[in-house]
Amino acid sequence: MNDLLFNIVAALVKILIFVHIALILGAYMTLAERKVSAWMQDRIGPNRVGPAGLLQPIADGLKFLFKEDVVPGHVEKVLYVLAPALTLVPAFLVMAVIPFGPPVAVLGRQVPLVIADLDVGILFVFAISSLSVYGITFAGWASNSKYAMLGGVRSSAQMISYEICLGLSVVGVFMAAGTLRLMDVVVAQADGTWNVFAQPLGFLVFAIAAFAETNRLPFDMPEAETELVAGYHTEYSSMKFAMFFLGEYTAMFVFSALVAVLFLGGWDIPLVSEATLRGLGNWGAVLGFLSFMVKALAFLFFYVWVRWTIPRFRFDQLMQLGWKVLIPIALLNIAITGLLHLGGG
Amino acid sequence: MGKVVERKPLKWYEELYLPAILSGLGRTFRQMFKPDITLQYPEERPEIHDDYRGAPGLVRDDEGREKCVSCQLCEFICPPRAILITPGEIREAAPDEKAGPDNVEKAPKEFFIDMLRCIYCGYCEEVCPEEAIFMTNVYELNGSTRAELVHDKDKLYEIGGTRVDPIKKWKGK
Repeated sequence: MNDLLFNIVAALVKILIFVHIALILGAYMTLAERKVSAWMQDRIGPNRVGPAGLLQPIADGLKFLFKEDVVPGHVEKVLYVLAPALTLVPAFLVMAVIPFGPPVAVLGRQVPLVIADLDVGILFVFAISSLSVYGITFAGWASNSKYAMLGGVRSSAQMISYEICLGLSVVGVFMAAGTLRLMDVVVAQADGTWNVFAQPLGFLVFAIAAFAETNRLPFDMPEAETELVAGYHTEYSSMKFAMFFLGEYTAMFVFSALVAVLFLGGWDIPLVSEATLRGLGNWGAVLGFLSFMVKALAFLFFYVWVRWTIPRFRFDQLMQLGWKVLIPIALLNIAITGLLHLGGG
Repeated sequence: MGKVVERKPLKWYEELYLPAILSGLGRTFRQMFKPDITLQYPEERPEIHDDYRGAPGLVRDDEGREKCVSCQLCEFICPPRAILITPGEIREAAPDEKAGPDNVEKAPKEFFIDMLRCIYCGYCEEVCPEEAIFMTNVYELNGSTRAELVHDKDKLYEIGGTRVDPIKKWKGK
């Protein structure tokens, strides 16, 4: 088998596997969120569909498929149809650069567990993930209704401001690693300390900005059920609504994965060095993959945990926090990291 | 006179809000392991006290006699006029027959309570001189037609059942 064919097949297999991981996780995240929410409120949660409610996401999906797809008469048709796709697609595209584990050996070749091992991985993430704001803004605009419009406008303002501190907070990570390639960032952490301990300020800012980027409580201003009905997706129904939903949950998974990669050491297992892990061959890759998933799922749990702890911010508080607090902290983090690595890091 | 609550200025670490958020996270986390209070309704039922003011029912005494003498006081007191009673006749007793419920007292020939009208006020129970009608702890009433929810005599005795009480009206007669 020649190299080109091998690479194409390997890429296709990886795309299939990773996209399905994201899809299934996205679906089951809805169940997990409802279950954890229920536990935190002393309830039981969904338990009727299948054993312990495990088939609930399938029932929900079927329901979305068979619902009537209403397109209200007052909408801007083209943008209205385009918007759900614009939120869903970027969330999946970002998956391309996330390293899921150490390289595996297949047929004597090393295959990295990432779909596209870009030199500028993190730039790709920011470039693509910020596109999803267009989906939300278009949805708000095209719906031609006041609640959707307000949700869309809030979303664009919020995401543009939080994009800045999101970007600034990871600068320190790349100063420490000396590269923008996400695989190398993980290896650098595996050999040194995890960035969450080396740069707690950067982690704090990134985590907060990640909540704002994915429109999750306490920053879910675009949806804000209590004030805006359902915000930008008020006028959507059926599968189009499901696409917004899926886009949101996929984005949550992507950002959890990014937190794992950038700050929690990616596939690194505490007390096990990178060399030992690679020495185990493919079993090492499996262990690394599991370690990575545990970290990403833990952060997904954190998303739900925070949702029931902190109430929604007011919009001006949100902007104040973003511009007056988080950006200076992120800059401070860059300065501290720069000073620490002055010697020759 | 109102109490003046002193508002202390926040300390520097309190102004960060992080300690408050952390303690809040701890609170929600601990909450996850507390027992759930949800009842799985059709399978699990809440415990209803005997004094619950649910559907009214007619009762029999410990020897299976109807206690209601169809005096119709409940029919008159009922605020939404949910009760409709048709009194029965007293049977002529044979000359040497002992006194019994069917030859001394009247019993209702028909007794209807329209549960769509009933407001569960309990006046019927209060007014009854014979202690023959009681509010029970039956709380599940449903039917697919309106007629099903007009309880007739059989249904009312089924709901009320037997009530043993210390006054033995027929003892020694």
